[in-house]
Amino acid sequence: MAIKQLTVFLENKAGKLSEIVKRISDAEVNIRAMCIADSSDCGILRLIVSDLEKAQLALSGEIISAIDVLAAKMTDKAGSLSEILTLLDKAGINIDYMYAFTAPALGAYVVLRVGDNKAAEEVLKQNGIETLTIDDMKAF
Amino acid sequence: MPNYYQPEIETAPREKILEIQNEKIVKQVRHVYDNVKYYRDLMDAKGVKPEDIKSVDDIKKLPFLSKEDLRIAYPYGLLGTDLKNCVRIQSTSGTTGRRVVAFYTQNDIDIWEECCARAIVAAGGTNEDVCQVCYGYGLFTGGPGLNGGSHKVGCLTLPMSSGNTERQIQFMMDLGATILCCTPSYAAYIGESLAEAGYKPEDNKLKAGIFGAEPWTEEMRRSIEKSLGIKAYDIYGLTETSGPGVSFECEEQTGMHINEDHFYAEIIDPDTGEVLPEGEKGELVFTSLDKEAFPLLRYRTRDICVLTRKKCSCGRTHVKMSKPMGRSDDMMIIRGVNVFPSQIETVLLKEGYPPNYQILVDRVNNTDTLDINVELPPEQFSDKISDLQAKEKLLESAMRTMLGIGPKVHLMPPHSVARSEGKAVRVIDKRKLHD
Repeated sequence: MAIKQLTVFLENKAGKLSEIVKRISDAEVNIRAMCIADSSDCGILRLIVSDLEKAQLALSGEIISAIDVLAAKMTDKAGSLSEILTLLDKAGINIDYMYAFTAPALGAYVVLRVGDNKAAEEVLKQNGIETLTIDDMKAF
Repeated sequence: MPNYYQPEIETAPREKILEIQNEKIVKQVRHVYDNVKYYRDLMDAKGVKPEDIKSVDDIKKLPFLSKEDLRIAYPYGLLGTDLKNCVRIQSTSGTTGRRVVAFYTQNDIDIWEECCARAIVAAGGTNEDVCQVCYGYGLFTGGPGLNGGSHKVGCLTLPMSSGNTERQIQFMMDLGATILCCTPSYAAYIGESLAEAGYKPEDNKLKAGIFGAEPWTEEMRRSIEKSLGIKAYDIYGLTETSGPGVSFECEEQTGMHINEDHFYAEIIDPDTGEVLPEGEKGELVFTSLDKEAFPLLRYRTRDICVLTRKKCSCGRTHVKMSKPMGRSDDMMIIRGVNVFPSQIETVLLKEGYPPNYQILVDRVNNTDTLDINVELPPEQFSDKISDLQAKEKLLESAMRTMLGIGPKVHLMPPHSVARSEGKAVRVIDKRKLHD
């Protein structure tokens, strides 16, 4: 099952990232994972948050979007990320970007942005790899 | 159904208009020669006497006036009457570094406001309309001109002036404004702000907009018409000749009728000064036929356009001028190529971007650089840097095709490009700071 990633367009300006994070914090939303991509002109902030709707409301006026990503569970041992990537590679599924996080009660996860969520999910499922659901996120 | 404010003159036969012009020009040249020493000296230097001017055909014998003359003669050198007969001044923003101060008698103001009233009626205005004027009030001619015109038509006038968009929207919605008068860039901004506030185009009562004071493209017209749910009319004028209302659009939207009973228009070759025949592109020159306080003869506007006397379906008989295709003041020469902001705007609108942009010109290692900051519309956003870079590349290549030189395009979040509530500051040319 896919979860939602909150994506925020960041102007390349001092204090902008801090302002965005503060607004999420003021809405009492927990940031579970994050990743920033940057170019010379701008940045893209990608977040996994505890309450997507609250976070979206807190960031009204900014350019944001919510997209589906997969969060695949990893066992906490060497080779588990490699196993996931090998499976996707063999299935011919391209990864646009990825980042990882750990949640104390739930374990370690890799967030995957792939071309085809359904196909990727199927491959992982067949090989016994769990993915987080939107409901799981509420437990954060 | 065509609407006229002064039908007998607006639809007068050509011969009648010519008769009025011929009568006025003889008097006007005498008035200027007798009262404006600066112009008398120019005429004497050219060997032209007032009695040489017997009709508008003789206007071509008169010397030109340019912005440079206005600078030299500042402030009183071109005054055509005693100051005690003047009741008002208006002034340009001085953005090109040369502030123009124009004087008005009460009669001058009445004629100016009548010209604006013709524009409002042509856009469908009647005494049942609520006319929201958000051109700047004060020295700028936009606010006072349309305000006066709106009074003459009998509209309920909302003298908003520019800025404070939240209040503009509140008055617009609460008082049911039906006509909007402002700069096209501000109209676009109001449209955006209405959408952000959750209003649909059909939620407002507006039916028409009268937009001018800065160059805008046909694409921008369509975009404003869509966002506000109105018909958008162009209006033209300059402080030197009075202000807005020198010419205005009718429902045909194919050029602006020049109020020929007050202004005589010529198109000249900007290099030789030679008068060009109808239909040819050149610099627009105006002779005011009845201004008392600031009677400029053969004033070179620097606007490049075309005149046409083709019959107009609206029934007006006054000559039409095309939208100015460029103004030498706006033109930038970048790496030897002539670039107009309107070209950049055309590309943006065509590619689905809002007309919110800023052009930065600089010189690095003796080479001109052209950077264009463009606001990214939310629907174009992507979570992948590569997508955004591809969008920038696409714009850069479209611009290169249009301009002949390659700019660097930078996508920005909404509202990050400095916003105009009066006239837009579209161009920042840093080369001027270095020279």
